[in-house]
Amino acid sequence: MATRRSTKKTPAKSNVSKEELLEYYREMLLIRRFEEKAGQLYGMGLIGGFCHLYIGQEAVVVGLEAAAKDGDKRVTSYRDHAHMLACGMDPNGVMAELTGREGGYSRGKGGSMHMFSKEKHFYGGHGIVAAQVPLGAGLAFADKYKGNDNVTFVYFGDGAANQGQVYETYNMAELWDLPVVFVIENNQYAMGTAVKRSTKSPSLWERGAAYGIPGEEVDGMDVMAVKAAGEKAVAHCRAGKGPYILEVMTYRYRGHSMSDPAKYRTREEVQKMREERDAIEHVREILLQGKHATEDDLKGIDKEIKAVVNESAEFAKDSPLPAVDQLYTDIYAAEIPQEA
Amino acid sequence: MATEVLMPALSPTMEEGTLAKWLVKEGDTVSSGDIMAEIETDKATMEFEAVDEGIMGKILIAEGTEGVKVNTPIAILVEEGEDADAAASSASAPAESSAPAEAPAPAPETSSAPVPAVASVPAEDPEIPEGTEMKKTTVREALRDAMAEEMRREGAVYLMGEEVAEYQGAYKISQGLLDEFGAKRVIDTPITEHGFAGIAVGSAMGGLKPIVEFMTFNFAMQAMDQIINSAAKTLYMSGGQMGCPIVFRGPNGAAARVAAQHSQDYAAWFMQVPGLKVAMPYSAADAKGLLKSAIRDPNPVIFLENEILYGRSFDVPVMDDFTVPFGKARIWREGTDVTIVSFGIGMTYALQAADKLAEDGISAEVVDLRTLRPMDTDTVIRSVMKTNRCVTVEEGWPQGSVGGYISAVLMQQAFDYLDAPVINCTGKDVPMPYAENLEKLALVTTDEVIAAVKQVTYR
Repeated sequence: MATRRSTKKTPAKSNVSKEELLEYYREMLLIRRFEEKAGQLYGMGLIGGFCHLYIGQEAVVVGLEAAAKDGDKRVTSYRDHAHMLACGMDPNGVMAELTGREGGYSRGKGGSMHMFSKEKHFYGGHGIVAAQVPLGAGLAFADKYKGNDNVTFVYFGDGAANQGQVYETYNMAELWDLPVVFVIENNQYAMGTAVKRSTKSPSLWERGAAYGIPGEEVDGMDVMAVKAAGEKAVAHCRAGKGPYILEVMTYRYRGHSMSDPAKYRTREEVQKMREERDAIEHVREILLQGKHATEDDLKGIDKEIKAVVNESAEFAKDSPLPAVDQLYTDIYAAEIPQEA
Repeated sequence: MATEVLMPALSPTMEEGTLAKWLVKEGDTVSSGDIMAEIETDKATMEFEAVDEGIMGKILIAEGTEGVKVNTPIAILVEEGEDADAAASSASAPAESSAPAEAPAPAPETSSAPVPAVASVPAEDPEIPEGTEMKKTTVREALRDAMAEEMRREGAVYLMGEEVAEYQGAYKISQGLLDEFGAKRVIDTPITEHGFAGIAVGSAMGGLKPIVEFMTFNFAMQAMDQIINSAAKTLYMSGGQMGCPIVFRGPNGAAARVAAQHSQDYAAWFMQVPGLKVAMPYSAADAKGLLKSAIRDPNPVIFLENEILYGRSFDVPVMDDFTVPFGKARIWREGTDVTIVSFGIGMTYALQAADKLAEDGISAEVVDLRTLRPMDTDTVIRSVMKTNRCVTVEEGWPQGSVGGYISAVLMQQAFDYLDAPVINCTGKDVPMPYAENLEKLALVTTDEVIAAVKQVTYR
């Protein structure tokens, strides 16, 4: 459970300017509105299969992206729409992938769980719980091999944190000093199983100690706290000191996927989180109380975001289905010509 | 009472070795546990300890002798006062004098004999220009040379796996690579196949060109998710954006007497997966040429080697940059009566069978598929259109086999040309047993191939 705090009077952290805070507000709001729209489109049958929404967890990815520089990489599992939006991928392309259309990032062949962008250094979008963890360490391996100072953010959930390959990866990441930040997005539930029903470990980040990896718990409902922790982790990695673990305590308001009735927790529990700990409301309060923005300013942002999201939905509906000959493309990359 | 000391088998597949050095001399007293000699196997130089006590009566094989067959007497131990020469003549008479403890289990001949002096010189090989100089090379050296050449050619190519660096390779395939390329590019991993396969796949997505050595492909089962779900499918799932240029290589299939969990042929499994390419070479030339192509390929490649073939020598062309394309079968031997299709170590049985069949007046055409995905079924079909009969040979299991697939292709595309049902010679439908006799029964044999050919040719 995210740590308690008073909802009032949290001062703006010194590591964030007014402009930055407004930007985080905008990005978190974009994620929330985008996900709400995706939920609607799913209900209308325009999005099929699995669709995992990020609503409630917005501060995690926005805070960490604020700590990243150009060239840094990110990889995550299938609750991935927010990571794409936060690293600057085009909402139209993301939404059109959700609807399985030609205009989607994977031209309709990946869907909600599988999108990639080399340009934005987003490496997916992976459907097998925890498989992205060694992949992310591999991306960091490549950067270290090439001798640059890029860092990779590997996102995984509290459920994935029990997979064996996570620990194989911890071991090698520390052994080889790989510049990777392991971000455990602890949203309290692995599908329907509460953390305490799947492990007796008091905390997940502390398991890194067995491999010599430092880490810490972070309040994932506070975007500034996430950014501060992210900066610390990134500095550790860029200094060549190897990996770092952040266990970011957060909460998802919606079910695991669209078909999850969420019977494993009470309506009151969710309601309490929304009322007391909502990450967007938190920033909104700071902006208003600190007179960094007026109600009208924020309304303006809301309106702007709404337009972006509506446009993405229209784009996603209008984009054609992939041409049938796409069935047989992209199975193999073109041959590299062989020298005689 | 004199005791013969026999050439020991120091690895599951060792058939002969070099007696590198004697550490005792005639007349020395030897106690059990003393190191008597250094013996070089195809994989390593091993110390050889005495099991019995006695006096070194006579050294029968001088140090530096190469090609000493397992179980050959190499020395005589005598007791106090015994005459070594007399003991030698009496000891060497009965074969039973071999003390079992002294000579660890003789190396079984899993693959029957080493490649015979076959008439089966490849009938055509368009990759090799006429007049090219050929050099006898083992499959082991060919694989190493391929990796070294490609690592020299491109800095993004690196090798990762268990014991590939400081140990020089569990099967000595990576011998010398650490020295030449350093620890940055030749990387020992902990024993964590799932994890390091995933890291390698991620590094390929990040722009490198990893070669992952699995100590054997049996251990790749731990990494199956990363191979199939991450490496093979990502290009498709990303709409063509995110490729994965990676080679997974290592010995596949039965070695010798290593039982069920270390003796599986995965050719048919990997062959099924779109997004993967699969190579399974037989000869050293193909091993080299195909591995070089595999490393350059922008796609994930499964490269299935065979421990028993590692030590076999073949002609390899002396060329600056010899590569073999994927998806092109090689006709090893032309024939008119039947087409025998195989790949990898199965070619050993196919070629032996073809030789023996020739003595009976049956002319077999032997096709080496070389790569299973892409598979050159055109060459198989063309051959069957000529011979009208087909036998496939592989070590893997029968259900869902490579041969089963070829049979289906022939039925669909060459039905009118078939004069007999295709027969698939495969490993038996059992986990690999340990016992020597049972293991032999479980593997496909040359005799089975001959019998199958006689059946399809109605002889």
